Amino acid sequence: MKYADYYAALGVERGASADEIKKAYRRLAQKHHPDVSKEPGAEAKFKEIAEAYQTLKDPEKRAAYDALGSRPQGEEFRPPPDWARQHGGAGADAGSAQFSFDEADFADLFSRFGARNGALAGEDFEVPVEISIEDAFRGTTLSLSLSMPEYDASGRVRRVPHTVKARVAPGAVDGQRLRLPGKGGKGRHGGRDGDLYLDISLKPHRLYRATGHDLFLDLPLAPWEAALGATVEIPTLSGPVSLKVPAGTSAARKLRLAGRGLPKPRGGAGDLIAVAQIAVPGELGERERELYQQLAETSEFDPRRHFAAEGT
Amino acid sequence: MNVETEVLWLDEQREVSLRELLDMSGLREAELLELVHSGAIPAHDGPGTDYRFSARLITVARTASRLRDDFELDTRGLSVALRLLERVRALEEEISRLRAELPR
Repeated sequence: MKYADYYAALGVERGASADEIKKAYRRLAQKHHPDVSKEPGAEAKFKEIAEAYQTLKDPEKRAAYDALGSRPQGEEFRPPPDWARQHGGAGADAGSAQFSFDEADFADLFSRFGARNGALAGEDFEVPVEISIEDAFRGTTLSLSLSMPEYDASGRVRRVPHTVKARVAPGAVDGQRLRLPGKGGKGRHGGRDGDLYLDISLKPHRLYRATGHDLFLDLPLAPWEAALGATVEIPTLSGPVSLKVPAGTSAARKLRLAGRGLPKPRGGAGDLIAVAQIAVPGELGERERELYQQLAETSEFDPRRHFAAEGT
Repeated sequence: MNVETEVLWLDEQREVSLRELLDMSGLREAELLELVHSGAIPAHDGPGTDYRFSARLITVARTASRLRDDFELDTRGLSVALRLLERVRALEEEISRLRAELPR
């Protein structure tokens, strides 16, 4: 296992008082708590801080931690042979010789302190999951690889890889939460198993932008299509459909294809909203230029008429 | 272990009881009731243990429980924090909608 420098995580000296440790934790927690901070990596950072504080705030755990000595952060190490017996940490009952430290995390060493023999509920886990818009449309089966702590009868902990398969029916939206009862950490001494919570987000898509069950799609139109009207083919998640663009369509006009968005879990579906854009050729051929020139000379259309409105 | 599992959607259409919300969030009954009375966690139906909650609020109640543990907040502090987080959530939803409407 890798040594974790809990004092460094909290930014305090090894001799810091309980009050200094608490203040340091509070200051860092407010900055990095995942419910407060949206910085990338906030969750991992907070986990490190919370893990350090859980051990250092408890005099018994702190003494056991200090007895491991000071090492560089992340250094590969094994606790001394009689450490667990002396300090009552993980593996104390079994004797550290048989305890597989290789299969445990550093934090697992301290998880057994204060454990009573009463029923202990398993830990809940929250896992972010990214799926594609196509998967949200069709439904998908997720295969999640998780590493969860498991305890044997004598309280020894080891990390066990788990694969959880979960069928997500069509209709998930960005921010959708799912609960998988009993798929979290195992309960101990008759306690219930923890739950697994999935926090779904949708991957950015080449064409569509999702909001709730609605999808937005940019619809580029040639100037003559926008002016004269046209029937254009629109890609939808269930295949192409024809859309009649009315004559006189300006940029930013929203053309709604009802029910062509993401399905709703209990029936119905959101809409696909095509947003008109006027696309102009980057380079004009000679004939094209002539025609545009003629149009410019003939047309009385003034798109900026409102600039000259009263009071300006 | 490789078994396909039951999946529950935590959305407005599903409801949970007070007891279920307590079990899933780790909040104490007195705390949850105070959050209900302050309006930070909206409930419907009758009084006392007959309260019903939208399953979406499981996430909110779990957040409350986490904030209580991680910041040692009391229920009044939790109530303020939850209201602010709900405003942030609503604003983020609005921003996400506006962004979706903007052409690329």
